[in-house]
Amino acid sequence: MDNSVVINLKEIKKIYDMGGAEEVQALRGVSVEIHKNEYVAIMGPSGSGKSTLMNIIGCLDTPSSGLYEFNGVNVSEMNDNQLAKVRNKEIGFVFQTFNLLARSDALHNVELPLIYAGVTSGERKRLAREALNHVGLGDRVHHKPNELSGGQRQRVAVARALVNRPSILLADEPTGNLDSKTGDEIMILFEELHHQGNTIILVTHEEYIAEHAHRIIRVRDGMVETDERVDKRKTVTTV
Amino acid sequence: MTGALETFLHEVRESLSMALISLRTNKLRSILTLLGIAVGVFSIIGVMTAMGVLISSIQNGMTFLGANTFQVQRTSPMMTGDINERLKMMNRRRITYEQAVQVKEFASLAKAVGIFCYLESPKVVIAEGGKKTNPSISVSGREIESFLANNWTIDNGRLFSQSELNSGNHVAILGADVVTKLYPKTDPIGQTIKVDGHKYQVIGTVQSRGSVLGGGDESFVLIPLSTFFGIYGKNQEFSFKVQADALAIDDCMEQVRGILRAVRHVPPGEEDDFAIISNDSLITQFSEFTKYLRLGIIIVSSIALLAAGVGIMNIMLVSVTERTREIGIRKAVGARKNHIMTQFILEAILISQLGGIIGIILGILGGNLLAVVMNTTAVIPMDWVLIGFLTCSVVGVVFGVYPAWKAANLDPIESLRYE
Ligand SMILES: Nc1ncnc2c1ncn2[C@@H]1O[C@H](COP(=O)(O)OP(=O)(O)OP(=O)(O)O)[C@@H](O)[C@H]1O
Ligand SMILES: [Mg+2]
Repeated sequence: MDNSVVINLKEIKKIYDMGGAEEVQALRGVSVEIHKNEYVAIMGPSGSGKSTLMNIIGCLDTPSSGLYEFNGVNVSEMNDNQLAKVRNKEIGFVFQTFNLLARSDALHNVELPLIYAGVTSGERKRLAREALNHVGLGDRVHHKPNELSGGQRQRVAVARALVNRPSILLADEPTGNLDSKTGDEIMILFEELHHQGNTIILVTHEEYIAEHAHRIIRVRDGMVETDERVDKRKTVTTV
Repeated sequence: MTGALETFLHEVRESLSMALISLRTNKLRSILTLLGIAVGVFSIIGVMTAMGVLISSIQNGMTFLGANTFQVQRTSPMMTGDINERLKMMNRRRITYEQAVQVKEFASLAKAVGIFCYLESPKVVIAEGGKKTNPSISVSGREIESFLANNWTIDNGRLFSQSELNSGNHVAILGADVVTKLYPKTDPIGQTIKVDGHKYQVIGTVQSRGSVLGGGDESFVLIPLSTFFGIYGKNQEFSFKVQADALAIDDCMEQVRGILRAVRHVPPGEEDDFAIISNDSLITQFSEFTKYLRLGIIIVSSIALLAAGVGIMNIMLVSVTERTREIGIRKAVGARKNHIMTQFILEAILISQLGGIIGIILGILGGNLLAVVMNTTAVIPMDWVLIGFLTCSVVGVVFGVYPAWKAANLDPIESLRYE
């Protein structure tokens, strides 16, 4: 199998200037290589910089310094349209705070990436429904986010991230609001995606979720503390 | 190539449907915005429709002249132009009875020529019981042809008889305003009226055709021309109305002009020393007369539209700020700058076009109230509808561009963090 490096982070720093002499060093030199079809879990205490790192990997945020190569291309040299294309076609992002359109129903939220990918309306609706069925929300397609429970919103966010069949899935605590059964269902989805050759990076606080991964990167104070392979992976195919 | 076009159309359709969705979700705000546009467009379309109604009613011969008729008199009715022109016109010689009679005799293309003559000032009409009109009633001596040429129909009583026309009996036919004033309940036929110290017997009334511009034109008393001569003499200023065949009206006009120039000895090359008033010439004069009114309305409406445009920009800017998170989400899932830009510009255009359409509809309805009052056909000024619609689309684009540009250039991660 092709084992090329899809994500190559070198000495990535992210510094927030809070005005005056104050600054927050969210990332203090992170270097990580992630290969195609890896399944990586990022763990670490709250405020350690996990979401910041995910946003940079997802081409949403730019590092203060350091090099980020995505599929061998220097991201800082991409223009806005190229970045938009990467976000649209290559990356599926499940946000920690869901980030759903508050006034649109689940279906519209899920079809959003497909709109910008230029998929026709009928096909879009079909794919969006399929994705919602996959996360067990087939009967909630016309509910708006405020008409859904926290876990259901999270599943809509997962469906949206999966709908355009991204080669890389970035999930920032995708099971944070879910009970273990629904959480496991999401993990099965991720497992399937991984089997299809996709790369998965997920942030989690829970060891049992992290155990699904090949590799666990532990972050502390904006630095990589440990980065180790998991030998005995837990796999779930049924619940 | 067709692929690119297809993609483009597809994107426009998507942006349009998203713009519609977001307009629907922000109803109140959208309505307030489009109201400004609606008012601006309403004033243009309303006035232009009203003008259109007036012009078409002139064209249809419902106002001043009957169909296929023209009137010849010393001066033109709506005087514009410079003071010298006007003085020159005031100094024209009268059209005498003899001149009018000669035209009547030699105008072979005319179907009917009705000579008439007005008393110089309007009069009070007094009924038997002592009831009076205002001193605003025009009194004119008429030939029988006047009724045809003016499209007057008798709705009560009868026309002048041949013997009355020949022997100058004191009989009168009343316009509708006089009837409603003096005989609101009683039958006017057979009653006696007193005008300018002379008594007349009422023998008929002219059917009302609805008043134009607040009435006034049905405040008349008609007496036979011979009666007029008997009382006031023949040394008057005369006018006449000519009715022609629809197809021959231009030729007829030329013929009448030629005859009148000849009998008034106007040297060749000199301009006419009389006025020929046709519906066409009335419309031209009317347009000339209302030019400044229309210009004023256009200026006022432009200012209104400008204000509305600034309103749109303002509201769109608020909308961009309010929807920062939405924009961030869209960008996060792959929206390009031009996607966001198109969506917001389309929203601005849709709002202003919707406002424009409402303004156009209300304007057409409002302007046609005049048609209802005047009892004429309704008018839709297509050219102004188009101009109004295009103008508000342009307003939408112009004032939507900056907010849309601002939205398109938001940083995705900053927008996602926006509370
Ligand atoms: N926009 C910002 N401005 C200033 N500081 C920020 C900003 N975003 C994040 N930070 C800081 O950067 C650090 C890392 O934040 P981050 O969101 O990456 O943490 P995290 O590991 O995802 O935490 P959690 O597990 O609670 O989600 C925190 O100390 C936070 O206060
Ligand atoms: Mg986080």
